[in-house]
Amino acid sequence: MIDPPASYRWTRRIALTVLLAFTLTPVLVMLSSSLKPLQDVQGPFRGIPSTITLRPYADIWKTVPLGRYFVNSLIVSGGATVCSVLIAILAAYAVSRYRFRGRRLFTVTVLSTQMFPGILFLLPLFLLFVNIGNSTGVALYGSRGGLILTYLTFSLPFSIWMLAGYFDSIPRDLDEAAAVDGCGPLRTLVRIVIPAAVPGIVAVAVYAFMTAWGEVLFASVMTNDETRTLAVGLQGYATQTDVYWNQVMAASLVVSVPVVAGFLLLQRFLVAGLTAGAVK
Amino acid sequence: MIRKRLGRTGLPYLLLLPALALELLIHLVPMVVGIVMSAKQLTQFFIRDWSAAPWAGLGNYRVAVDFSAPIGRSLLNSFWVTCAFTVLSVGLSWLIGTAAAIFMQDAFKGRGLLRAAFLLPYALPVYAAVITWSFMFQRDTGLVNHLLHDQLHLTSGRPFWLIGDNSFTALVTVSVWKSWPFAFLTLTAGLQNIPRELYEAAAMDGAGVWQQIRRITLPSLRPVNLVLVLVLFLWTFNDFNTPYVLFGKSAPQAADLISIHIYQSSFVTWNFGSGSAMSVLLLLFLLLVTAGYLFATSRRKGADD
Amino acid sequence: MRINRLAAATAFAATLALTVGACGGGSSSSGGGDNSSPKTLTYWASNQGTSLENDKQVLEPELRKFEQQTGIKVKLEVVPWSDLLNRILAATASGQGPDVLNIGNTWSASLQATGALLPFDDATFAKIGGKDRFLPATIASAGAAGKDPAAVPLYSMAYGLYYNKKAFAAAGIANPPATWDELVADGQKLTKDGKYGLAIEGGNVSENVHHAFALGQQHGTGWFDAAGRPAFDSPEAVGAVKQYVDFIAKDKIAAPGNAEYANNQSVTDFATGKAAMLMWQSAGANLTSHGMNPDDFAVAPIPVPAGATGTKATTSMVAGINLAVFRNTKNLDGALQFVKFMTGDDEQKQLNKTYGSIPPVKAAQADPAFATPELKALSDVLATSARPLPQVANESQFETLVGTAVKNLLAGAAAGKPVTDDTVKAELTKAQQQMPAN
Repeated sequence: MIDPPASYRWTRRIALTVLLAFTLTPVLVMLSSSLKPLQDVQGPFRGIPSTITLRPYADIWKTVPLGRYFVNSLIVSGGATVCSVLIAILAAYAVSRYRFRGRRLFTVTVLSTQMFPGILFLLPLFLLFVNIGNSTGVALYGSRGGLILTYLTFSLPFSIWMLAGYFDSIPRDLDEAAAVDGCGPLRTLVRIVIPAAVPGIVAVAVYAFMTAWGEVLFASVMTNDETRTLAVGLQGYATQTDVYWNQVMAASLVVSVPVVAGFLLLQRFLVAGLTAGAVK
Repeated sequence: MIRKRLGRTGLPYLLLLPALALELLIHLVPMVVGIVMSAKQLTQFFIRDWSAAPWAGLGNYRVAVDFSAPIGRSLLNSFWVTCAFTVLSVGLSWLIGTAAAIFMQDAFKGRGLLRAAFLLPYALPVYAAVITWSFMFQRDTGLVNHLLHDQLHLTSGRPFWLIGDNSFTALVTVSVWKSWPFAFLTLTAGLQNIPRELYEAAAMDGAGVWQQIRRITLPSLRPVNLVLVLVLFLWTFNDFNTPYVLFGKSAPQAADLISIHIYQSSFVTWNFGSGSAMSVLLLLFLLLVTAGYLFATSRRKGADD
Repeated sequence: MRINRLAAATAFAATLALTVGACGGGSSSSGGGDNSSPKTLTYWASNQGTSLENDKQVLEPELRKFEQQTGIKVKLEVVPWSDLLNRILAATASGQGPDVLNIGNTWSASLQATGALLPFDDATFAKIGGKDRFLPATIASAGAAGKDPAAVPLYSMAYGLYYNKKAFAAAGIANPPATWDELVADGQKLTKDGKYGLAIEGGNVSENVHHAFALGQQHGTGWFDAAGRPAFDSPEAVGAVKQYVDFIAKDKIAAPGNAEYANNQSVTDFATGKAAMLMWQSAGANLTSHGMNPDDFAVAPIPVPAGATGTKATTSMVAGINLAVFRNTKNLDGALQFVKFMTGDDEQKQLNKTYGSIPPVKAAQADPAFATPELKALSDVLATSARPLPQVANESQFETLVGTAVKNLLAGAAAGKPVTDDTVKAELTKAQQQMPAN
């Protein structure tokens, strides 16, 4: 924008302030509630706690095996992210660099899987996993592996779509130069395309991670005590007798800190990555 | 030469294989099974042995689309609620995301920090975020009424947000809060591809800021918007987590989203035949909308494909 | 190209076959379990204590005791209520599940209909010490009438009227209400200065349907007719639901805000003195954990219409948790041994004491720990005036539909919409028409 006038600056200031308030209010409520004793949380709302206590932050580990859930979530989301990115890179490379029969069919099919209501294939998928387990001994049901497999397909379509667009924007001259140097297609991918696409790959990785991080429905059926993820495990603070509001909020903040931190570190890449990916 | 040709034709398929195999395994095959389920009377009596479940043919579909009977009528109601919800949520998320992205295009003090704050909702676990909203929406002890009623005196009584008609507003609010950062992020990225010269040229022609936005920014964002709106639409329409955490298994009528409705018809009551039929109808609708959308938008985009 | 297509088609068909094959998975051993793995058991426990971890601490020592006695190792998983039914569903559909599990007793008939649970016929009952050891009402809540129960009772509970003694004394009320007219009159006396006579959990579908059921019995309807067809909009049912909704709509003895309560806020309101009466099951421990002095509250039976007798004097549903054996178990004898252990007098005393529930086993009930005024009152209810929710296969639909109907009506009442027989009937008719035909 060139030389914004004062009216624009004021509009901007006001709009961004309102937006900031809207965005941060729940986070501040979380913070303030996580510092209150349960009785105070259940009473009428007060912005500033009348009694400040750190007890909830100690109790969260005892009410629910939060540490284990956190590790599970990291393994599942991390695993799904790595696999999803690798597979998406291969597929996106094919879509971007080759003209082959069925290319359009492939992209359309993959995109259409985004439309499937999860509720429709949850039960069949579960049965499939059980049967694979029975006939091959590969335990997918109740395992982190099964969840990784499931989640990576959730993020795969959009990841392929974004990465293909991003690869498109990398000049083909680079590929051809590599080919002249005697590089095969795969080596070109590893040596030329992937390094040039790092920001886009990071973008896809963050997206894949967040998709797996928050999923509730499949995790509630496909996990057990050992493999339960955070998204489901946090519900453990709402027990038969009580809802430990202060602990839910404390736990949410605690588990979010590493994610938000990592997220902010990668933000720069993400922004640069999406640019080329989405703009075809 | 021959080796190279073989590699050329075989390689792309090989590269696609992992993606295709997984989508097949996790999505397409269970999907086909789901469609088979929709043609069966798969109630709790038969859940243990599906082969014994009697075929219902199109019976489950007939019940679902019989809009004169209560099941069909409530499904239809739920469909309209979902449509209204999706349009509002996607529209607002897009609008807020666009506005924020444009406003934050120019560097100013604290921009990085502000951007970080705006991305927070995207990074919080969904359950935690939504449960916090439900906490805020409580009538007697929540922040929302504390603010609207006690502090600002905007309402005469304390309105309900989690039951009754206002629950729709609550649902849209939470959904927008949750999804606008994604729009913001995507559009921020899109804005960086607009060459600065365009703005300079426009400024020289005497175009003001608002005209620059209308003439340059918005048209340049079109390709990003195409992807963004479709993705937001699909996510929002199928969103299960938000209403489920906010309202539990029985959502108020005004906020009875179709995903909750189907969940209730299949998982709560164990009638998977009927739930599957509703899901297939939903899928058909989404396919239709997406196809229409892609068709309508690809005519202009066709050149570069 | 052709090869590709062929390979793809083959792969697709193979995966499809795998899935479809799985669909019949549960049927392969429908004849019942076997004893191929006699040394281990998997036990799914429901959340009864203050947290999942608390449940584990309570149960692990008992399971070790069982291991010492029998040499069978029990693998425990405490499943949260939010997941339990879905997990059971997945286990039923696939045949892969626990050996022994907890179910909410209202699910008994629904799960019984799936055939996934081992029926407790007389021979099976004999193996665990006999049917007569249990309170009849609790056995009646373990499956459809005329069929062998699908489970055995483990922990029992009943609704009682908790009242705040101080508030009653301050309002000059000597005794807890015995009839609804008295309850409403007392409630109106107690409703003043921002405090209310009664707290209800109006946003909670299950609570709603439990009260609707007991009131329905008092009005003379069992919600299903003799042939098992739903009768949700009979004049009796309408009267029952209207009476409940009127606590907010007409009598105004419950705060309108109660209509959205779904996270046990009514318990908090009662404990903190915001409401003087609460209809709840085994709330004592919960109330004290909210800081209420145990001397400040007492329990009486839920009121009945004046002069009511027989089923019309029903004051509660039979609430509780049942213990079931999964039919596909690989350790049938061990599973039954475990059921016998858990329903034995010692474990019954120990566990029900910890959880504040009532032992469904008569002999265990004699323990002095259950002679506190609260538990005494509730076990009297259980023995004399509690009846099981309809034990029909479609119970969960009944619960969801009627509970939601009551929730909607309460929401309307709280928003000031008029509640008449017609509006109640319309809502219940809608619920009934959504019941499956079979």
